[in-house]
Amino acid sequence: MLARRLALLALALVVASAVIFAVVDLVPGDPAVFVLGTGARPDTLAALRQQLGLDLPWPTRYARWLGGVLTGDLGTSLAYKAPVAGMILDRVQVSLPLALMALGLAVAVALPVGMLAASRRGRPADALAMGAAQVGIALPNFWFAMLLVLVFAVKLRWLPAGGFPGWSDPLAALRALVLPAVALALPQAAILARVLRSALIETLGQDYIRSARAKGLSRAQVLRRHALRNALIPVLTILGMQFSFLLAGAIIIENVFYLPGLGRLIFQAISQRDLVVVQSAVLVLVAAVILVTFLVDLAYAAVDPRLRGR
Amino acid sequence: MIALKDLSITIASRQVVCGVSLPLEPGKVTALVGESGSGKSMTALAAIGLLPEGARASGRVDLDGQNLLDLPERAMDALRGRRMGMIFQEPMTALNPLMTIGDQVAEGLRRHRGLGRAQALVRARERLDRVGLPAARFPLGLYPHQLSGGQRQRVAIAMAIADAPDLLIADEPTTALDVTTQAQILDLLRGLVRDEGMALWLITHDLAVVSGVADHVAVMQQGRIVEAGATAQVFRTQAHPYTRALFAAARHVPAPSGGTAGGGPLLRVEGAVREYRLPRPALFARRPVLRAVDGVSLDVGIGESVGLVGESGCGKSTLARAILGLDALQGGAIRLDGAGVGPRMPKAQRAQVQAVFQDPFASFDPRWRVDRLVAEPFHLTGRPADWRDRVAEALAEVEIGAEAMSRHIHEFSGGQRQRIAIARALIIRPRLILLDEAVSALDVQVRARILDLLARLRRQHGLAWLFISHDLSVVRAITDRVLVMDAGRIVEEGPTGRILSHPLHPVTRRLVAAAPILPQL
Repeated sequence: MLARRLALLALALVVASAVIFAVVDLVPGDPAVFVLGTGARPDTLAALRQQLGLDLPWPTRYARWLGGVLTGDLGTSLAYKAPVAGMILDRVQVSLPLALMALGLAVAVALPVGMLAASRRGRPADALAMGAAQVGIALPNFWFAMLLVLVFAVKLRWLPAGGFPGWSDPLAALRALVLPAVALALPQAAILARVLRSALIETLGQDYIRSARAKGLSRAQVLRRHALRNALIPVLTILGMQFSFLLAGAIIIENVFYLPGLGRLIFQAISQRDLVVVQSAVLVLVAAVILVTFLVDLAYAAVDPRLRGR
Repeated sequence: MIALKDLSITIASRQVVCGVSLPLEPGKVTALVGESGSGKSMTALAAIGLLPEGARASGRVDLDGQNLLDLPERAMDALRGRRMGMIFQEPMTALNPLMTIGDQVAEGLRRHRGLGRAQALVRARERLDRVGLPAARFPLGLYPHQLSGGQRQRVAIAMAIADAPDLLIADEPTTALDVTTQAQILDLLRGLVRDEGMALWLITHDLAVVSGVADHVAVMQQGRIVEAGATAQVFRTQAHPYTRALFAAARHVPAPSGGTAGGGPLLRVEGAVREYRLPRPALFARRPVLRAVDGVSLDVGIGESVGLVGESGCGKSTLARAILGLDALQGGAIRLDGAGVGPRMPKAQRAQVQAVFQDPFASFDPRWRVDRLVAEPFHLTGRPADWRDRVAEALAEVEIGAEAMSRHIHEFSGGQRQRIAIARALIIRPRLILLDEAVSALDVQVRARILDLLARLRRQHGLAWLFISHDLSVVRAITDRVLVMDAGRIVEEGPTGRILSHPLHPVTRRLVAAAPILPQL
């Protein structure tokens, strides 16, 4: 089964690379003109095209690009004249830990809140928890981020207001990521808590919950031992989607905290028409999404024996 | 000994159970019979302390001189599973799908006796062996989806009796099972009562089951026990009119439909083969094929009523789907009135056959009103201008008033819903109606009225029925001819009366022998 999934994973990556290549490379528009501007002299343009390999037929260019990707060479940025692989790697060092921290925080908050709300369904604790979740979803996270900066960086001076010192000092790096992670986690935690609550409530109405109560399990035991795991499937689906979003979608928060993350890199590359960077960065993100989906599928099978062996 | 004394239950200030007293003697089977909604299940849930939120119980549930209704929830949790266990109607959903059967049986032991997992699993093994799931074929590590309905009900029983409780409550434990499995489960329960001396409280609507199993019986009507005593005595005297009415309904046979049958075949199935591809066992392995219907041939004449019986998994429902033209065949042919049947048949052909299914709750869109639900088959024929009159007419035929048209389906009882389902099937005047366990979910009295209705409609419209069921008493009551199916093949067929009284094939014999029968008085 794993072999089958891995084969599908590889196929998805190849298809994704082809689509990205087609979109970036085959659509009208000349990267050489983007670099040199519309006023450039034709012979300069031709020289640059040759230097970039744009004069070659597209199958050769695709093969070259894919070959480069496989050997870790993602090309050279048009704007910065630097290897794209290194640039992306630098940004991943910020974005990946940030996404993981935010997701961890979201789960840590959502799990108890969702369980509490489900077990006290229709009571004040439920109303309070779901009201808070509603606020969490509604709050614009850049506003919440600025609030966090004001309180914890400016007033209390516990944490830095922005910037990223690099991983040479891990403690400082982590401290720099705390506030952005909290700002990112809030709406995700609220969404997760709501999904978990409704999944739990549905599960708690199932016949096997009644069977478990008839065995003598208390409400709390039934919730923990039987309902929670059965409610995990929708939660895992949401988690996978959230992780993909957090990896590149954190651009607003990255801007608020001056973090050199992937989102900002792509944003800058697009505005500078740095197509080599766009192409490779998008590929990396797509690969990450496909990989996360793969991991979520594996997690489904780990949770649910009925999905094993398919 | 556990005894109910003057137990009453109210839900939202409405009294649903009223002054019920019932002793549950050790080593005996006590049955509580009555129609759905009579309060049987509520009474049982009150005894075990699992009433739904909003329900209030008063009176006494007496255990060792203690009133369980006074106990706090924590104390009840400690009693449940140790002094009393319970099993429910639907075995397919009664087990946690993510937990091995071993762990599910062991769980109560760990909770009540503080056993470690290994010790609890040893005991769980013994209990699973006892309920007929031997270690060789049913290791502890199996998951519920790897078991059939009957096997799952055995696991549920093992769970409930893991700690040898004084009382086992079984709420319609065999209603969802086919007759053969039902007989095996009832045997198992009887054996447990005999060997372990527990009291068994059997809740059922099936009088035949009661007469075969129970020592004592109490008949419940609208929350009250109207008659109680030793089963043989109660069934012989039938002192209360309600008991008599239940018996009459269970034995009910509609008036003969009067020989509209005959006149050439309407439906002709010839060598039908229906195969499913299973998931591949390995990456490049071929997908194994399951042959669910294996060369079936049958005819249904114009206006004929034909029964199709067999154990669960024999291929009845797969065959039904093919006859409805929902799935393509892998071999053979199905012809209706001479024209081919299949997924791509024209709408006019599809309009010739309609279906009524078992679950009157799941077969309607809850958001639609009744007029739209009943008018739905018109998409096959084109909706006539007078469609609302036609809907009213179809409803009138099933004895539902026209005022029902503007209501939603949840406002109707199970019997009414099944009538509406029949009206929906009738509205475009099909020539064949396929009834897949269409009366299995209904109470005896409701069932008797639906059977009368079906017989009358057949007479009036010259309809042909294909009646799929595991309930032989119903098949006996309303079909002319019966087909017995096993492992995808028709193994025996002939006139219903002869086949059911003189079965020849072993499968038919097994079905007939397993069917519980009402005592002839």
